[in-house]
Amino acid sequence: MRFGLSEDQTLLDATVRRLLADQAPLDAVRAYADGGDDHALWSTLCELGLGGLLVPEAAGGLGLGVLDAAVIAEALGYHVTPAPFLGTAVLFPRAVTAAGLNNDPVWQERLGAVVEGGLRIGVAFPQAGGQRSRDSVTAAGENLSGTVTLALDDAADAYLVASNDGALWWVEASASGCAREAFETVDRSRRSCRLTLTDCAATPLTQDPAVLAELRAVAWVILAADSLGAGRAMLDKAVAYAGEREQFNRPIATFQAVKHMCAEMAAELEPCTALVWYAAHCQDHIRDEALTTAGHAKALLGDVGQFVAKTATEVHGGMGFTDLVGLHYWFKRIGFNRQAFGNPQRVRAELAELQGW
Amino acid sequence: MDLSYGPHYEAFREEVRSFLARHSKDAPRGEGLRSEKVLAWQRLLIENGYAARTIPKAYGGYGAAPDILESRIIAEEFAAARVSPGLGGQGISMLVPTLLEVGTEAQKTTFIPPTIRGEMLWCQGYSEPGAGSDLAALRTSAVVDGDDFVVNGQKIWTSTAHLADWIFCLVRTEPEAPKHQGISFLLFPMTTPGIEVRPLVDMTGVANFNEVFFTDVRVPTRQIVGQRGEGWKVANTILGHERGSLGDPNATMTRFNALLELMRRETVDGQRLIDNPLFRDRMASLQSRVLAMRLHDMRLLSNKVNDERAPMASLITKLQGTELRHELEGFAIDVLGELGLAYGDNPDKQDGGSWQTSYMYFLGLIIGGGTSQIQKNIISERGLGMPREPKLAK
Ligand SMILES: Cc1cc2nc3c(=O)[nH]c(=O)nc-3n(C[C@H](O)[C@H](O)[C@H](O)COP(=O)(O)OP(=O)(O)OC[C@H]3O[C@@H](n4cnc5c(N)ncnc54)[C@H](O)[C@@H]3O)c2cc1C
Repeated sequence: MRFGLSEDQTLLDATVRRLLADQAPLDAVRAYADGGDDHALWSTLCELGLGGLLVPEAAGGLGLGVLDAAVIAEALGYHVTPAPFLGTAVLFPRAVTAAGLNNDPVWQERLGAVVEGGLRIGVAFPQAGGQRSRDSVTAAGENLSGTVTLALDDAADAYLVASNDGALWWVEASASGCAREAFETVDRSRRSCRLTLTDCAATPLTQDPAVLAELRAVAWVILAADSLGAGRAMLDKAVAYAGEREQFNRPIATFQAVKHMCAEMAAELEPCTALVWYAAHCQDHIRDEALTTAGHAKALLGDVGQFVAKTATEVHGGMGFTDLVGLHYWFKRIGFNRQAFGNPQRVRAELAELQGW
Repeated sequence: MDLSYGPHYEAFREEVRSFLARHSKDAPRGEGLRSEKVLAWQRLLIENGYAARTIPKAYGGYGAAPDILESRIIAEEFAAARVSPGLGGQGISMLVPTLLEVGTEAQKTTFIPPTIRGEMLWCQGYSEPGAGSDLAALRTSAVVDGDDFVVNGQKIWTSTAHLADWIFCLVRTEPEAPKHQGISFLLFPMTTPGIEVRPLVDMTGVANFNEVFFTDVRVPTRQIVGQRGEGWKVANTILGHERGSLGDPNATMTRFNALLELMRRETVDGQRLIDNPLFRDRMASLQSRVLAMRLHDMRLLSNKVNDERAPMASLITKLQGTELRHELEGFAIDVLGELGLAYGDNPDKQDGGSWQTSYMYFLGLIIGGGTSQIQKNIISERGLGMPREPKLAK
């Protein structure tokens, strides 16, 4: 019996974290936020195998699972790394597998390109966080029309698009009738776009809406893991800052009010680790619990993330509020993760429904 | 992740189940601590290795090698069958492990067998009016006179002192030494002349804890555990045990499910309580946290089994476990509204009035055994490595 990470997972985690600390420090995040691009970094990460994490071995990938992806997501969140991880490395291969297309040469070739880092895939689900009147995608034959207000990745080569009926499609960014414009969000560590499709040619992956539900659950887990990592980074920064900053002739870390803020962050974050691991594990191994555990992880990390983001900022005083220490990148990333694919209130309503309350 | 316990353990689980199938009819259901039914059940459990499992045979136990998963399976199966898992209490859960670590051979053979059989009940005499969170400030004194210590002073909040046969007690033997180094750990019968027990009624209306006064109480010097002046260390071997056992997440999950049942059954304005969107949201949110604590508990179990350390993980359980349980019980009262006020002998009480009682009881657990604030001190200092507060100049 072992509830936790395997040796391989621990090693992968350490390797990725070392690389990120070395090659993607806050300055790199700032450069991306100021309009730079993340292609070079993503290539480097793909050399480590991140692109092919969930791609079957037959297609040249590592054939790993959602728990491995969650470990990586936590590391990316810790470093607020700009990377097209969720769409390209997680949801796309997962969609191909769920749609039963792993042995199809066309899809195999695309998976192969993902492994190499030469193909990035965005995500455009009009119903990702509950369908708003401005969001809608309908199909006429194999042509799609409509708008998705917030699509992940403004620089993707292709998008995984859901139509209103829950079917999944592949749309190339260069196709005629596919237009995207920046959808600026508060989180500048990853960029989003508004995707508008006008009678745009698409390739179907599946008509089965259960696949979309499965992808949303996996996205919930990955976003939760990302917030867990970002939250842990904020706690570490708060503890470090409190040890250095002096007021009233003593480090503020000796003030009990400050210590208790840090203790509360730690106490809230700690059980989240077990929840994220388990929810991730369920996606591949305990199907019955996959949706509910993913929902719990997403909802809880939305709330705990928000609490930690606020509290860690407060520990930094005015410095926390400035751009100087850059703490706001974590604050905003956590804010993004909280809303994307359904905020805690939305997800909890679905959880109640799912359990037949 | 490997969540299976493996074939050896599944076979063990079957054994436990078959024991329960054969014997659960003999289990006590609410009989008093000293009833023959309770004592007989305890003896049967020890004989079969379901209580005092790892206590050596020489001290009246079953003598199995410690195996965390076997112990867990026993607990899981007894809980699932809703059958009494045998006696607990401060003697069994705190004193016996301490004696096993630091007691003399004579102390082990004298005290452990009757304690685990439930024939010798104990209370814990630590807190004093002037020494609560700052326990090491305790002042009850013990002065050597011939072969005896002579004990004078007062304890407070002593749970079950009115029922106990014996007390394990912290006293000051070296008044001149620094405060942590002048304490000793003594054992003595509650029938010793000079002891007066005055019950204290707690907020639930029950007198479960007491004030205990000592006037020239004579305790033979051999009844000290550990050396003179080492009582603080001795006591700390078990304070750790206590912290881990409060706010059990599986019990909290059981309560959550009971609350869900209640909310499906009760209606307000013709609407089931669970259909109120605010209540629904709050329930799902509580469920997330209860689930997280249960999984966290599995992670701790796994760490023990695989001999891995995650210090922060164990430091947070008392704080999070008791606070969460208290919040859950309080939320049940909220959803019931005015009906949630029913108390005492009121026939309209829901679920035996347990929501109100537990709401208060768990506030007691938040305070007892190291308050939430003290837990946060510990988390920040031992878990996060933050500095202690500077001492005030005298
Ligand atoms: C139900 C129950 C059963 C108990 N059973 C027993 C028993 O069997 N035997 C026994 O010996 N004792 C027992 N106790 C006593 C218990 O251990 C103490 O109540 C507890 O340690 C707190 O001490 P106190 O009551 O003196 O509160 P105080 O220490 O006076 O605390 C009052 C407030 O001050 C805060 N505070 C104190 N020091 C600090 C600090 N350094 N930093 C921040 N905040 C601080 C506390 O958190 C609390 O909010 C029991 C208590 C309860 C409630």
